[in-house]
Amino acid sequence: EDSLWPLPQRFRSSGRQLQLAPGRFQLVHGAGSSAGPGCGLLQDAFRRYYEYMFGQSRRWTWGHGPLRGRAEPELLQLQVVIEAADPACHSHPHLASSEAYHLTVTEPVAILKADEIWGALRGLETFSQLVHEDDYGSFLVNESEIDDFPRFAHRGILLDTSRHYLPLKSILTNLDAMAFNKFNVLHWHIVDDQSFPYQSIYFPELSDKGAYSYNHIYTPTDVRLVIEYARLRGIRVIPEFDTPGHTQSWGKGQKDLLTPCYRGEQPTGSFGPINPILNTTYDFMTKFYKEISSVFPDAYIHLGGDEVNFDCWKSNPEVKEFMKKQGFGIDYAKLESYYIQKILDIVSSYNKGYVVWQEVFDNKAQLKPDTVVQVWMGNNYAHELSSVTAAGFTAILAAPWYLDYISYGQDWKKYYSVEPLNFPGSEKQKKLLIGGEACLWGEFVDATNLTPRLWPRASAVGERLWSSRNVTNLQDAYERLTNHRCRML
Amino acid sequence: AENEPPWETPCTQLLIFVATPGCDGFPSLDSKENYKLSVSEDSLLLSADAVWGVLRGLETFSQLVGRDENGTYYINKTEIVDFPRFPHRGLLLDTSRHYLPLRAILETLDVMAYNKFNVFHWHIVDDPSFPYESMTFPELSKQGAFNAMTHVYTASDVQTVIEYARLRGIRVVAEFDTPGHTLSWGPGAPGLLTPCYLGKEPSGTYGPINPILNSTYQFVTSLFQEISTVFPDFFLHLGGDEVDFTCWKSNPKIRAFMKEMGFGEDYKKLESFYIQRLLNIISSLGKGYMVWQEVFDNGVKVRPDTIIHVWKQNSPPYMEEMANVTKAGYQALLSAPWYLNRISYGQDWMAAYQVEPLKFEGVAEQKDRVIGGEACMWGEYVDVTNLTPRLW
Repeated sequence: EDSLWPLPQRFRSSGRQLQLAPGRFQLVHGAGSSAGPGCGLLQDAFRRYYEYMFGQSRRWTWGHGPLRGRAEPELLQLQVVIEAADPACHSHPHLASSEAYHLTVTEPVAILKADEIWGALRGLETFSQLVHEDDYGSFLVNESEIDDFPRFAHRGILLDTSRHYLPLKSILTNLDAMAFNKFNVLHWHIVDDQSFPYQSIYFPELSDKGAYSYNHIYTPTDVRLVIEYARLRGIRVIPEFDTPGHTQSWGKGQKDLLTPCYRGEQPTGSFGPINPILNTTYDFMTKFYKEISSVFPDAYIHLGGDEVNFDCWKSNPEVKEFMKKQGFGIDYAKLESYYIQKILDIVSSYNKGYVVWQEVFDNKAQLKPDTVVQVWMGNNYAHELSSVTAAGFTAILAAPWYLDYISYGQDWKKYYSVEPLNFPGSEKQKKLLIGGEACLWGEFVDATNLTPRLWPRASAVGERLWSSRNVTNLQDAYERLTNHRCRML
Repeated sequence: AENEPPWETPCTQLLIFVATPGCDGFPSLDSKENYKLSVSEDSLLLSADAVWGVLRGLETFSQLVGRDENGTYYINKTEIVDFPRFPHRGLLLDTSRHYLPLRAILETLDVMAYNKFNVFHWHIVDDPSFPYESMTFPELSKQGAFNAMTHVYTASDVQTVIEYARLRGIRVVAEFDTPGHTLSWGPGAPGLLTPCYLGKEPSGTYGPINPILNSTYQFVTSLFQEISTVFPDFFLHLGGDEVDFTCWKSNPKIRAFMKEMGFGEDYKKLESFYIQRLLNIISSLGKGYMVWQEVFDNGVKVRPDTIIHVWKQNSPPYMEEMANVTKAGYQALLSAPWYLNRISYGQDWMAAYQVEPLKFEGVAEQKDRVIGGEACMWGEYVDVTNLTPRLW
């Protein structure tokens, strides 16, 4: 029985089996493919998937003799054909990338056709899931035909490296697991209140003073490694530099960035969100986002904007004065919007799009039409999806998929059963929901427990975002998922 | 003053003094784990009544050694007098729901030692699988393990666990849970389990151990003879929990037996009949026993030195059960609030920490009968990939 995960859109299998000889089987570029040996991304994938299928064995020397004693025909090759005129092997994946593929498995040669290299990666993963060993150790694959493409274009995992530092190895292992499940976005919530592990080139003090220790940082090389490792798996890296709240750690290395809180006339010594009234704030942000825009190649940056606590702003006399001058009255949401708008302008000037948490929309900041709003609040998120899409904005859903909220038993079923489009809205609105993210916030997570906590629960979200809407049978999912999980190990 | 050695005199030796000999023995419920630790300028002294106390003291000593910003090791002047409040401080691992490779068990024993746990309650077999390789009944694991080649504990594995535990002052109490929780015993011991019936015909499925056959008691005697020799601890855990009566009720031979014995419709009496005979077998093998609370709740006649293991949260509330068990004169072990397999979000360690085992209505003698407790890590959702971060 084939245990494909996520379940492809269209899958037919004839029941006829083909065998593979590890010593002879090859993953190659097909005739007619616009990609060839110069395509590093595919070369790397060929080697990786060969190893996933056959393991690393000294036994697999290039084979000589014929296959003995088996009736099944032999599958000699999987040919990969990229149909786009320019395979763009050195490019980065983006929201509109094509991940569709067509896989025909029949003897003597299987063909994997995809418009773009990203579809080839998805197809290779599926092909590797089709190859299985029988009781005698022979490698077999069923004659099949698969036509597949993702239901949603944005299928992400959020990792939080501020509440607990995650060593590089942990992040890379996670990217591997994401590829097994056809996730295509790593939402890197890289800094927050607790620590600032991102080593900035323009502002080295941010991590010097804000990281947990010098051992708990991501150097520019580390960041490049993550981005490239992800790219080779067709995964976009969207960094989140959450402001103006969630920024305590920024204040350690950047003097006067955060708002000093007051009790009466006196500063208390503690700090609040970023200070929205100073020009220096925006000078800093302009320079900071210049760096971020060039370090992270994705077209989008996540700007955060969630849970801004107004108490500190309200306590600060200069801020109060500013509110008056601007005519904001006592509506601090207006001040928050004022700040956000300026940041949006800065980031736009670097030709980046942005994602924001839902508060930015809820608090009525003036957003550019191509803003992506991430819905995370659990309370009646369907209603929020309606509002966001009714206002014409693109949305991503995270609310029902906060995987850090662990509970006893098979809670994957709960995540699997979410239907993202179950919200009141027109067809046009529904099209604006471009996908979702499984979030693993780091309050209680570090390298010692990340992998078993995230997987295979996140796999449930992966299938929900890739497979067709009518793939909902929990019993069937259970059987495929148990096999998929063992395969991932 | 000038003639005093500087405070930061390098400490070169921790002197260890043990009052009673006995390095080659096994720890027991009565083992003395008390120790005194004295750290001062001229001496580092660890003294204990028995070697088990030394192990506890060494762990504490290792926790006192610090390292400053220059990398220098130091220790503060300290006086410690220590002993455990409860003599039975256990951890349950379930190797039937998921097989745990040897290294996972040994690693757990290490961490138990860091935390001064002293009983490894090995819930070794259950419904889903039988990984224990028996020399008397090799078919049990051959037919009952998830994979008889890879998912078994050989005799050598078991000895490794017992010795590794001993070196850390940890007792290994094995649990062979009967008469329920025994589905995996069936394939390797035909005729042991009760065949369930659908009307007049066997349905093909099986239930608990068949309590009416002599062969059952012969089997149980032989198996436990082996287990008694393999596991050196005085206590064996015999299980006795969650016996489902449906299959017994469906079986006509059993119904006939019930009539013969005058048990009426009270299958608890049949359960007790089995348990009684089992306990007698175990006693005759010179072992003491621990049982889950149902054995007590169902009125089985048990020996006065039986240890009752309280695991149900409600029906009755566990503190009430603790009162009842100790009132009846039995020793009690508490696990009910410490089922660590029931995970939840956030700092749930606090809920476990705040449990006060003696918080029940009872006289001093009752309270004295609470010998301790066990944290349980049932294996339905646990294997080597997530055991350690889930447990610690």
